[in-house]
Amino acid sequence: MPDSLAESPVSNAADWTVSELSGALKRTVEDSFGHVRVRGEISGYRGPHSSGHAYFSLKDQNARLDAVVWKGNFGRLKLRPEEGLEVVAIGRITTFPGKSSYQIVIEQLEFAGAGAIMAMLEERKRRLGAEGLFAPERKRRPPFLPRVIGVVTSPTGAVIRDILHRLNDRFPRHVLVWPVRVQGDTCGAEVSAAIRGFNALAPGGPIPRPDVLIVARGGGSLEDLLGFSEESVVRAAAESSIPLISAVGHETDVTLIDFAADLRAPTPTAAAEMAVPVRADLLAEVAGLHARLRACFARGSERRRTDLRALARLLPSADAVLAVPRQRLDLAGQRLPRALKANAGAHRLGLTRVEGRLTPQLLAVALARRRERAGDLAARLPRGLTANTARHRLRLTRDESRLRLIAQALRDRRERGRDRLDTLFTRLQRCRRQQAAERAGRLDAVAKLLTALSYKGVLARGYALVRDASGAPVHAAAGIGAGDALEIEFRDGRVAVTATGAGPEAPPSPARPGRKPAKTRPAPLPEPPRQPTLFDS
Amino acid sequence: MTDAADVNALSFEKALAELETIVAKLEGGNVPLEESIALYARGEALKARCDALLKDAEARVEKITLGADGRPTGIQPLDGE
Repeated sequence: MPDSLAESPVSNAADWTVSELSGALKRTVEDSFGHVRVRGEISGYRGPHSSGHAYFSLKDQNARLDAVVWKGNFGRLKLRPEEGLEVVAIGRITTFPGKSSYQIVIEQLEFAGAGAIMAMLEERKRRLGAEGLFAPERKRRPPFLPRVIGVVTSPTGAVIRDILHRLNDRFPRHVLVWPVRVQGDTCGAEVSAAIRGFNALAPGGPIPRPDVLIVARGGGSLEDLLGFSEESVVRAAAESSIPLISAVGHETDVTLIDFAADLRAPTPTAAAEMAVPVRADLLAEVAGLHARLRACFARGSERRRTDLRALARLLPSADAVLAVPRQRLDLAGQRLPRALKANAGAHRLGLTRVEGRLTPQLLAVALARRRERAGDLAARLPRGLTANTARHRLRLTRDESRLRLIAQALRDRRERGRDRLDTLFTRLQRCRRQQAAERAGRLDAVAKLLTALSYKGVLARGYALVRDASGAPVHAAAGIGAGDALEIEFRDGRVAVTATGAGPEAPPSPARPGRKPAKTRPAPLPEPPRQPTLFDS
Repeated sequence: MTDAADVNALSFEKALAELETIVAKLEGGNVPLEESIALYARGEALKARCDALLKDAEARVEKITLGADGRPTGIQPLDGE
């Protein structure tokens, strides 16, 4: 039995080669999944490869599927792949035998339902809004009455007709249509190019530059309108220096150009209404204002004329106003010649009076008077000089004799001073000598007294002074112990001795034995009473 | 003040607003004679300017023609289809 077990079991099934199996799998897979729609989130997308093909994967919570878009197909995609985008991919599954893998070859991409589109728009709106492209302060008011209106829309279809129709109703204008496709892949690029193109027109150029732009499209599915939400369109609308009115889809449709536009119209017709006022209303308004202008001007003129007439009636006649002044003038006119004559006569009379007195003799008299006076003064001049000199000389002599007297007095005073000084000096000398002798005598006496009172005097009489080892005088036997070193001073010198026995016990009242009473001052001699000395003063 | 060139440069909106102001002023009745004449003359000029702008209501509808590079090459009447 072991033998039979050891033999490999023989089967009638043929062995596959790897290639055969891989080929069979490939056929099976491609036959079964030749056309699939698969829903998933785009993951790992980093733009087309340099070869032009795009590689990424589709994933959901549990699985991942490699995906490829061939170069030739990439341009035909309705929807550009975006990382994280929820899509439905349409294509076929193929295997790649070289790597034992399978993948989907995508032919078309679609949004995975409205939710995915809304999510993408919401994200884009948030991102562009964060750049400030939708800020209210960017919005400008379109001109009240534009001359040229630029419309970006399809040149065919209901939208442009609606706009033109409403413009003609309200105020026919010069309209320039920039034709664009309003759906499909190229829609966004064409719309943004049109907005930028209108802005690029030079004012006064061959093509007139619009004063306001309308970007319009009729209603459509969410995907149809996507071109108007493209980033390039939003940026072009936000950057447009010409005020822009957007009218894309119905009022409930949301496109991002609406947020970047200066005005948002719910419909193309409404956009036309926003772009121009109603001409008939304006004509009526102007006519009304004009009528009021004329009426009130006429009224003002009429009122002034009436006022003028009323005042004119009150004005007195010119004759009445002038009568009194004229009478005064006449009167004055009559008196004028007479007055002139009288005045001239009075002056002539005065002249005649003065004329008689004006003679050469008048001059001669004045001259003679002055000459006489000059002669007089000339005569007095030398006399005056002499008198003046004499007066000064006299004063000089007087001063001189007074100076001499003063000099004599000063000399006398000096002599007297010198005599007095000599006398005083002699007296001073005498005083000093007398005082010095007195002081020497006193010093002598005191010195003698001092010697007599000194303890040396006692020693001279045969007494001796005992001192202890510190040199202090000892004046009692008590307190001296045997063996204490002492010193005895005699009249003629000192001898060092040693006590051979102790003195009597000290009385108990003083301090400890062996010590001299501290309070007892060594006083071998009473201090001589203090006498006044020469140095006391 | 009554400068024809100045008035002819005004936009419709500005001309209309000024005309309204002038009418209101004259209706107030406190304007000296000289000034009222000048105001009236300017009012007339403004009215003429508004009329001219309103009369210029010719409907012209044209389509931009684009070259191969997407740049505008000219305009042609829009064949209203």
